Amino acid sequence: MTEELHDVRLTVNGHTHEIRVPARRLLSDALRHDLRLTGTHVGCEHGVCGACTVLVDGAPTRACLMFAVSAVDTEITTVEGLTNPDGSLGPVQQAFKECHGLQCGFCTPGFLTTITAGLRDNPTPTHEEARDMIAGNLCRCTGYQNIVKAVERAAELS
Amino acid sequence: MTTKLMGQKVQRVEDQRLLRGLGRYVDDVAVEQDVLHCAVLRSPHAHARIVDIDVEAVLDVEGVHAVFTWEDLASCTPQMAEPLPLLIPHPALTHGRTQYALAKDEVNYVGEAIVFVVADDRYVAEDAVGRIRVDYELLPPVVGIDAARAARTLVHEDVPGNVGARLEQHVGDAPAAIARAPHRLELDLTVERSACMPLEGRGTVARWDPDLNRLQVWTSTQSSTGVRAAVAVKMGLDLGQVDVITPDVGGGFGVKINHPWPEELLVPMAAKALGRTVKFTEDRREHFISAAHERGQVQHIEVGFDDDGRLLGLDVEFWHDHGAYTPYGLIVPIITSTQLLGPYKPQNYRVVFESIYTNTVMVTPYRGAGRPQGCYAMERTMDAIAAYLGKDRTEVRAANFIQPDEFPFDQGLIFQDGRELEYDSGDYPAMLEKIKALVGWDEFPAFQAEMAALGRRVGIGLACYVEGTGVGPYEGAHVHVETSGKVKVATGLTTQGQGHATVFAQLVADELGVKFEDVEVVTGDTRRMPYAVGTFASRAAVMSGSAIHLAAKRAKEKALKIAAEALEADEKDLQIVDGVVSVKGSPGTSIDLGTVSVLSNPLRYAFDEASKAATQFSVGDPGKPPVPEDDEPGLEGKDFYSPERATFASGMHAVIVETDPETAEITILKYAVVHDCGHLINPMIVEGQIHGGVAQGVGGALYERMAYDESGQLLNASFMDFLMPYVTEVPDGIDIDHLETPSPLNPLGIKGAGEAGVIPSAAVFAAAIEDAEGIVITAMPISPSELYALRLENS
Repeated sequence: MTEELHDVRLTVNGHTHEIRVPARRLLSDALRHDLRLTGTHVGCEHGVCGACTVLVDGAPTRACLMFAVSAVDTEITTVEGLTNPDGSLGPVQQAFKECHGLQCGFCTPGFLTTITAGLRDNPTPTHEEARDMIAGNLCRCTGYQNIVKAVERAAELS
Repeated sequence: MTTKLMGQKVQRVEDQRLLRGLGRYVDDVAVEQDVLHCAVLRSPHAHARIVDIDVEAVLDVEGVHAVFTWEDLASCTPQMAEPLPLLIPHPALTHGRTQYALAKDEVNYVGEAIVFVVADDRYVAEDAVGRIRVDYELLPPVVGIDAARAARTLVHEDVPGNVGARLEQHVGDAPAAIARAPHRLELDLTVERSACMPLEGRGTVARWDPDLNRLQVWTSTQSSTGVRAAVAVKMGLDLGQVDVITPDVGGGFGVKINHPWPEELLVPMAAKALGRTVKFTEDRREHFISAAHERGQVQHIEVGFDDDGRLLGLDVEFWHDHGAYTPYGLIVPIITSTQLLGPYKPQNYRVVFESIYTNTVMVTPYRGAGRPQGCYAMERTMDAIAAYLGKDRTEVRAANFIQPDEFPFDQGLIFQDGRELEYDSGDYPAMLEKIKALVGWDEFPAFQAEMAALGRRVGIGLACYVEGTGVGPYEGAHVHVETSGKVKVATGLTTQGQGHATVFAQLVADELGVKFEDVEVVTGDTRRMPYAVGTFASRAAVMSGSAIHLAAKRAKEKALKIAAEALEADEKDLQIVDGVVSVKGSPGTSIDLGTVSVLSNPLRYAFDEASKAATQFSVGDPGKPPVPEDDEPGLEGKDFYSPERATFASGMHAVIVETDPETAEITILKYAVVHDCGHLINPMIVEGQIHGGVAQGVGGALYERMAYDESGQLLNASFMDFLMPYVTEVPDGIDIDHLETPSPLNPLGIKGAGEAGVIPSAAVFAAAIEDAEGIVITAMPISPSELYALRLENS
């Protein structure tokens, strides 16, 4: 049996890509394997860990729970799109570096995208709000202590 | 003058890549190429005989390239069809068993690999797995320690009583000492299973290069040299034909030290057979049911003590659930049985364990590696003694501490590395004072009374541990100064988030006298350093850190020798600062390390500016060969570090919890850690390790367990149901204080720090909940519903 393929145009980090994929191709796989943007990581494939979080029209979205064909006509931002135009680290990335907010780095892209959207909606979070902002993402290395600090530092830098 | 970087909170060099999404994890390798992907048919039954495997329906599926069962393995090599290696044999492991790369005749846990499919992509490979038909004859499964001990059915029919090993060690005569003691207690304790759960699962990529007759393997491992040796043996290749490269690893915590995983052999086998690059990336359900678990033990303790709570005899018997197979030998229960003693002198000690089979996922080390269970046994005992005598829990501990002037202290046992369990240094009384101050131990009773008056229940717990770190046998390092003055460092052990590229560069910058940013560190690549052991047992900083320090010293010695000749100065008058060798007090007389590197290699081609710069200097005796007999070209240093024995770090944790009088919800109010890992290389990174360990400990104490049903099905094999802590479950702030008692065993005075944070968790939470509730806690982890049930039992 041959699978039917679909032409899909994806706009990622401001660039447009044309790919042909089966309807069941996950957005996470399309980003990683078809567009070779491997910064988006897959930790559970059931939407719980948040490592694959990307911004779809600005909204944090689990790329493992969305089909690539569903992402047409949207603007997608991945971790690769969070750096400043001059190539320097964006504020959330910079804050993670300063605060030692990452160890193995596997969950980090999902935190960076989630916090980017969170600070856009709430640029001056309280300590409790900073914790809430990351409460849907799993990290097994850091114990979250320095990630919370990084949210607060990123708010200062933004 | 360059500031010493040892002890500084230097920001990590790894982060630039990782924060930009430019990390290279194993599933990112070869993503530009036309790679084949794999899926594995895994047993749906905990215990069954395989009657027949029908792969007919798969063979003509478009996009499927190969299907392998056990029958096909011998076509690679005869040894590929043999059981996987038992990595660490032990005389007491009389009935060790390992699985096959693909199951032969029988399966012994849900998740055991049976068929391996290679296809165009993972989707097609999974489709194919769904079409394979396997006929099973079901056998009764053995689930849980009680069922295994009862042995009404057997996991392996040739292993009587389901007992893989029985090991006893003793110092003095514990039963007699207990019989004579003025006071005696018995405790029965249990700890349930948990698992490492790195966010990145297992994964392997392999490519056979027919032009070089050579295999390249990338794998998410904690031991690239171990995988290399295993792959070479199983595939019938010379070691020199196999390169193993460990790329960025998305967390390990122990599970990636076991090797070879079946897929680490099957992927290279398929790559060579098909002449294509082949990739296996484990999904999360597979990680739950086919990687490894740990922690499950049942313990019985008898203790005799005097009026001060001083131990007179300690007699411990425990049963360790090692799952269906024993590839990693007895490491975990041996560590439990020895590290149980912590900072204490038991006077008379006997420990007996049985390592037993169940039809569940196998057990290999998880961060702490048996220490959390040992600490739990010892610290629950200390609390029980204090309660019995009506003494403060810290007084009973203090009465049993090894004193600072008693080091080195030989516990009289044999440790995991086969060496004497001899502690090198520590200061436990000073540490106890620090933790009491940090958590507010003496002020707590007043706070508890104040809260009680408001109808609130709070409790405090404390737990102490000693951790053998930096076990041998060795690690090595190679330091190479390029003609650009850049320094390339290689060490063979792997890295999975500990910031090795940063801390090792700090050590090289300090020793060699170069700029931190000029040092680049490579880990886990057998092409760069073929002799290495691996990253486990909190050994990387101690082992590779020491080796790198020694290798940098050798490179420095050579640089000074050449520079002295070039500058016509005495070596003793030279210094190296920021990569420039100069005569002390005469900074104009100098030569940079890049130029020294040129001079170290008498090759007569002027490739670059550094080569031209070197022409102004003259080194070497014109009457002798350009490379003297006792020397070699190049500005390099290579050395190995091999200690006599492990170095013993220590720590104490304290926690204050609140339990809800109605719902039994457990809330952490304060968490405090005092930690001693000798001299700190980078306090920021050490504290990060502690934070992560504490969070994993919270998971293991209050949330995580492997929920097997009676048929051996793992009911919670997803992140939805296995309750790994989010930020909402961990303490909001962890108070940390350090004590630094340097190790006399290595040149830097350091001890390991990686596992420490997780060791006392079960013990410290059990103690705090017990204190809040006035109910004896004997089983961990504990959930609100379990605590609620305990209240009903005790009311």
